[in-house]
Amino acid sequence: MGEIGELPATESVATKITVKLAAVDSESPWRSSLQQLRRNRAAMVSLGVLLFMVAVTLLAPVYAHDIAHSNPFASNLQGRIKIGGHYRSVMPANTQGLGLGVTPIGPTWHFSTYFLGADELGRDVFARILYGGRVTLLIGFSSGLICIAVATVLGMLAGYFGRATDWIISRLLDIVWAFPIYLLAISLSVILVTSGLDLGIVHIGAGSLLLPILIIASVYVPYVARPVRGIVFSLKERDFIQAAIASGASDWHILRKEIWPNVAPSVIVFFPLMVALNILTESALSILGIGVQPPQASWGTIINDGLQLLYTRPWVAIAPGICIVIVCVALNILGDGVRDAFDPRAKLRGSI
Amino acid sequence: MSRLKSMKRMGVILSSMAVCSFGIIAVSTSSPAGASGYQSQHAGGTLHLDATAAGGTLDPQVNYTLQYWQLYQATYDGLVSFQKVGGDPSFDVVPDLATAMPKVTNAGKTYTFTLRKGIKFSDGKTVTVADVLASFQRLFKVSNPNAGSWYNDIVGGPACVTTPATCKLTSGVVVNAATNSVVFNLIAPDSEFLDQLSVPFGSIIPANTPAKDEGDTPIPGTGAYAFTSYNPNSALIMKRNKFFKVWSAAAQPKGYPDEIDMTFGLPVESEVTAVANGQADWIFDPIPADRLSEISTKYATQVHVHTLTADWYAPMNVNIAPFNNLRARQAVNYALNKNSLVKLYGGPQLAVPTCTILPPGFPGYVKSCAYNSKSSSTYAGPDLKKAKALVKASGTFGAKVAVVAQNDPVDLSVGEYIQGVLNQIGYKATVKPLSQNIEFSYIQNTNNKVQISVTQWFQDYPAASDFLKVLLSCSGFHKASDNSINISGLCSPSIDAKMATAETLELTNQTAANKLWGQIDQTIMTTEAPWVPLFNPKLVDFVGKRVGNYQFSLQFYMYVDQLWVK
Repeated sequence: MGEIGELPATESVATKITVKLAAVDSESPWRSSLQQLRRNRAAMVSLGVLLFMVAVTLLAPVYAHDIAHSNPFASNLQGRIKIGGHYRSVMPANTQGLGLGVTPIGPTWHFSTYFLGADELGRDVFARILYGGRVTLLIGFSSGLICIAVATVLGMLAGYFGRATDWIISRLLDIVWAFPIYLLAISLSVILVTSGLDLGIVHIGAGSLLLPILIIASVYVPYVARPVRGIVFSLKERDFIQAAIASGASDWHILRKEIWPNVAPSVIVFFPLMVALNILTESALSILGIGVQPPQASWGTIINDGLQLLYTRPWVAIAPGICIVIVCVALNILGDGVRDAFDPRAKLRGSI
Repeated sequence: MSRLKSMKRMGVILSSMAVCSFGIIAVSTSSPAGASGYQSQHAGGTLHLDATAAGGTLDPQVNYTLQYWQLYQATYDGLVSFQKVGGDPSFDVVPDLATAMPKVTNAGKTYTFTLRKGIKFSDGKTVTVADVLASFQRLFKVSNPNAGSWYNDIVGGPACVTTPATCKLTSGVVVNAATNSVVFNLIAPDSEFLDQLSVPFGSIIPANTPAKDEGDTPIPGTGAYAFTSYNPNSALIMKRNKFFKVWSAAAQPKGYPDEIDMTFGLPVESEVTAVANGQADWIFDPIPADRLSEISTKYATQVHVHTLTADWYAPMNVNIAPFNNLRARQAVNYALNKNSLVKLYGGPQLAVPTCTILPPGFPGYVKSCAYNSKSSSTYAGPDLKKAKALVKASGTFGAKVAVVAQNDPVDLSVGEYIQGVLNQIGYKATVKPLSQNIEFSYIQNTNNKVQISVTQWFQDYPAASDFLKVLLSCSGFHKASDNSINISGLCSPSIDAKMATAETLELTNQTAANKLWGQIDQTIMTTEAPWVPLFNPKLVDFVGKRVGNYQFSLQFYMYVDQLWVK
């Protein structure tokens, strides 16, 4: 009887459980993952570093115009600057021995003028690094977005429709996959950087940033599309998809409402890593002189400029190298955090 | 003018800092290579040379690079050659395999040589007049780069250019084994014919040499040394020609090292370190910019600097906008700061600003400067105010301009600098960097619609026409061709007529001809301004500590075989 007498209490517990379950239900997997990501201190520090780098590069014009008073895109071969009350040439000719060569001014360590010294054209290296960072980050993020978007669409179509669609897409991806990434990127760059890309109605000029963006995005598509295709293949066999098919839902509806929400976490996990890889690829191409073209600058082109000054002015090459390392390490740590939060089973580096 | 492609190639190889080409003005003291007497106590040893890469085919009738032309001086001979001495006399042509300078008759159209007797090739065979005839036939058969521009002056030459395989030169090169005579019959008088015979293309090689580019296979020669092995991926080795005996120290002196090796593959930075450490004796490649300070202070006694008879220049296309407007071209001439450009090349010790087409010290050169901040024959600086006014007056303000430049560090820097200045004076300029392999052809082809570019020109031999006629006459301009060496596309009948007059005058009065060439130079710059002459480069030779007897030819640079390593 006592048990009967306790019924209201039992109801109360059930109500509480129901309320609690409802509360859990209302916390979507996305929210839960974001909370988990927020609790990951390393990932948050990395995100902070990344945001700091983005903010600093966005302030490049402010630094160049209002602090350094220099034009990082114009040569300053006859320029003179005042340091410690003394005027010094930005590009002094060597005077010792036989007097051969001209060595650009080195780091002044004064934020107001040539903080990291000058490059071979007498331009302010620090200001160029800030401007170059904008280009490098723009290429990294935009090519990462394009790559992920294209790869996701292709992977979902191949995985969901299978048969001929899968065969055609997979073979196309195989062709791209057959080339070593850098070899393919270099080959495409050598051709397109000289002549530009002409697709009839669309013409991209030889010096356009769109070229490295598209080249870098395209060479990595198979490396994301393949895993996505695999995920969709396995999802397709799951009951909820079969139920949706049996209920007569359209392919578009199933892809959008059933497949995509389950693929999205994996895709998000790929993004930071892809951005890091794309930044490295852009830098490699630019160091070889086939990435970003002058007068634009990126961290890679500045390293290229610094190669000929490595013995006398190593900071010209080292400083942008450090920037690349900071951003790529931050992106990788952030990427690991995103993976732990969104898709702990994902094997990122094994697939790329 | 396909030759310029290879000349350009040499420029490419050396363009980073110092440079190459065929002819220079020595700054350091030079003494005659052979005339000073052979010092046998210094004979022997192995001379180690370094180059980042091989220079291509070893065939002297095909190769057109300074890298091997410098070595050919010790391995091959022509009927005549440039004197093997230092300084100005190295521009003088002297008898080599011929007993004397030729007898010129028939109003300058017939050259009669007598071949020396008893000279042997490095394979032991005696040199005969048949070898001379075969060498000139082969020159056409192997499609020598200049067959169609230099040697087609020989009677039968044009037919040989058209159908090389059947080239005979029956009337053009007449030989007589009994008298050992060789007679060249020309279609028209050519004041530069002896110069053209004196470069390695005119080398006499065995008659049985296959009529194809021999590539990596050494061809026997008559010089003091012979190539014994060649692997473009590793090394080129020269050893003494055991059949060589001095017949004229002025033409082919006896060399000092027993062996000369050129090793390929090291990066240029490592090459500099190797010479500094005594592991190599000389490097072919230009010294990197960031090592110049080091070598000019720590190794000053091992460095030799020479002014080259060469131009760095920015040709403007006179046939397309905006530079089809004289004022626009003059504006660019006023705007560019040549002192800044000199800095880009390595400073005032490595280049000299120039305002003329002919380089200083060249036949016909007259110091002048039409576009200057001051009224002076010496370049003083740019005049941006005047440049901006000219751009506005020309109606080309705001025009889009692409500056085409090679993507090596120095060329690209020059291109970026020009782009910046063009923007300053009112154009919307961009830079188009191109690979070193294609830029020179690209800027020549009118189909590419190149407006302004950065390029270099190095002399083949000391004649004003080698700059003015080759680079700025109608004959050098060919539409839609990669071999249109008149890059600016200037074709002025009146200027061409003056050049023809100067060439004719060269046959009788060289001094008067030189004066006329100088006037033509100034006329072109003031009335047409098709180029911006930028600067005349200098060459830096960095030799090992143990190396002695450095001597420099204005024509072919350092005499490799005259160096002492003992």
